[in-house]
Amino acid sequence: MKICCLVKEVPDAAVQKRINPETKRLDRSGEKNLNPFDTHAIEAAMQLKEGGDVEVDEIVAVTMGPDSAVRALHKAVALGADRSLHLTDGALEGSDVAATGYALAKLLESESPDLVLLGQQSDDGECYTIGAVVADHLKMPSLTQVIKMDAAGGKLTLERQAEYGYDTVEVELPAVISVGDAINEPRYPSLKAIMGAKKKPLDTKSTADVGIEADRVGEGGSRTAVLEINPPPAKESGEIIEDEDTNETVEKIVAWLDERKLI
Amino acid sequence: MTVIKDSGERSLPTPFTQEHQELRESIRRFVESEIAPHVDEWEQARWFPDELFLRCGELGFLGLKYPEELGGQGGDYLHDAVWVEELARSGASGGVAAGLGAHTGIATPPVFRFGTPDQHQRFIVPAIKGERIGALGITEPGAGSDVAGIRTFARKVNGGYVVNGSKTFITNGVRADFLVCALKTTEEGGHHGLSFLILEKEMPGYEVTAKLEKLGWHSSDTGELSFTDVEVPDENLLGEENGGFYLIMANFQWERLLMALGAVGAMKRLLETAIEYAGERQAFGRPIGRFQAIRHKVAELSIKAEVGQAMTYNALRLFCEGQDALKEVTQAKLFTQRACVEVADEVVQIHGGYGYMREYGVERALRDARLGPIGGGTDEIMKEILAKQYGL
Repeated sequence: MKICCLVKEVPDAAVQKRINPETKRLDRSGEKNLNPFDTHAIEAAMQLKEGGDVEVDEIVAVTMGPDSAVRALHKAVALGADRSLHLTDGALEGSDVAATGYALAKLLESESPDLVLLGQQSDDGECYTIGAVVADHLKMPSLTQVIKMDAAGGKLTLERQAEYGYDTVEVELPAVISVGDAINEPRYPSLKAIMGAKKKPLDTKSTADVGIEADRVGEGGSRTAVLEINPPPAKESGEIIEDEDTNETVEKIVAWLDERKLI
Repeated sequence: MTVIKDSGERSLPTPFTQEHQELRESIRRFVESEIAPHVDEWEQARWFPDELFLRCGELGFLGLKYPEELGGQGGDYLHDAVWVEELARSGASGGVAAGLGAHTGIATPPVFRFGTPDQHQRFIVPAIKGERIGALGITEPGAGSDVAGIRTFARKVNGGYVVNGSKTFITNGVRADFLVCALKTTEEGGHHGLSFLILEKEMPGYEVTAKLEKLGWHSSDTGELSFTDVEVPDENLLGEENGGFYLIMANFQWERLLMALGAVGAMKRLLETAIEYAGERQAFGRPIGRFQAIRHKVAELSIKAEVGQAMTYNALRLFCEGQDALKEVTQAKLFTQRACVEVADEVVQIHGGYGYMREYGVERALRDARLGPIGGGTDEIMKEILAKQYGL
């Protein structure tokens, strides 16, 4: 079985996020890191490999991004991936979620993975959707927000976080699965793994290498256009109910909730 | 309070590279999730569990600078520097850092450097796994800075030595499985009569006589040991007989650098704690970080931390390049240990009454820092070394 883990280089959590008013895109200058959610995807892949219920031949870290994204790949390899794949091309700059998903799917097609794992969200854009877009292009089932994964008999049994509890689902492979941070605790890369990461194979691909149609990616190929960016509206000030007579206070609170159909 | 964010695009401070940065992140995450949450409990217990050594061994942190053939990670001194700085920086407490640091930084290096292949197998291999814990035994009740005054005596007998004497202030002394012990092998002792023997806990006559109470470093065990007719075989002689003074001196530079790195890490953490508190704590209708008195304190503390780091990293660079760094290491050790006490004291002051309470951990940092100007060579000895360097 081959597992591909989608990883992303994002601004470090300590860097204050800002929108560049000219490009209307996130300002990605400053210190960067491997998207923390993706580290859980790699750990999930490692646990499948080490668990022994399925035969995992290799784990491939896959990313799309500028030159600097190589560092995120090194980190992914230090966490356990066997090799990595880097899609980088100026033509991809400014791709929206749909365009990025298409490009990643084309890149993944060249690998024919049995399982695609990724973090449920990126620490920068926080769209939560890339897994579904990739799955759609690859014609694979998509499962999101998975927090438990067990392998047996060619199937995966998963628990996913749903709005009102947990869904337990079975999925046949191949599939695209995005995981939440509750799924595991990523290991601490050892010095040996860190030093060894740069020696593991890293393939760099351009859009042409994997048959990406130029007019479907980049700012021009994206179907969304950001027209304007505004801060969220300020919260209205709440209503303060003074507790003078407790019975009366309770009635007031109940009435307030009732009015809004909250009870 | 507005804090100027580092743009992050500046290069890493020399001599560190991206690889060290990644190791730093790994150690930081480990310390924050597996050590820091237990520190209060361990401080109260005056002990941290032996299992922490096993866990650190499993993660490769006890063998960063040792070769892979012995189970190490194949790194070098700089990787060990990251380990020590990050223990302090991420909140491992002086005590935990001292216990782990004594094992990796002062007990095992002489065995690695001067030991035989058999000694490597018996002591370094299990030490890297965290299965055998090491301690370094130099100080005696009557011999601290004056190492030539060591009185513990190893009498030569057929096939080995018979050791009598005592050691004190030994970090890991209570739990250590082996003690890398300085003693005299001639009646006169002194510079040309000292040797090192590796004493093992299970040897008859080897006894832990006290677990010492201290101002700080509460979670580390500091032992007093006594040896009565302890029979030590020849194969436990480390390096040359009567060549012990050289062994003591050989690791001093590294030990002092480690202390400087620990202080640098501690100062950075203290500064962050103070900035956070100054931004949150309200007095007279505004955060105390808006008052000039506090702002100026923070500004001055930041310089102490920065200067300490610059001096230490420079000394570290010279040391790692194999250059003579005696002056720079001595200066860095001297400056950072005193600076850390001063920074901790000011940070307690910024915290006011809360600083004096246990809750924020800054009173502990002050107590922990106080050993700095005493251990690993006192401030006074550092100044003597420096004056000598200038020909006085």
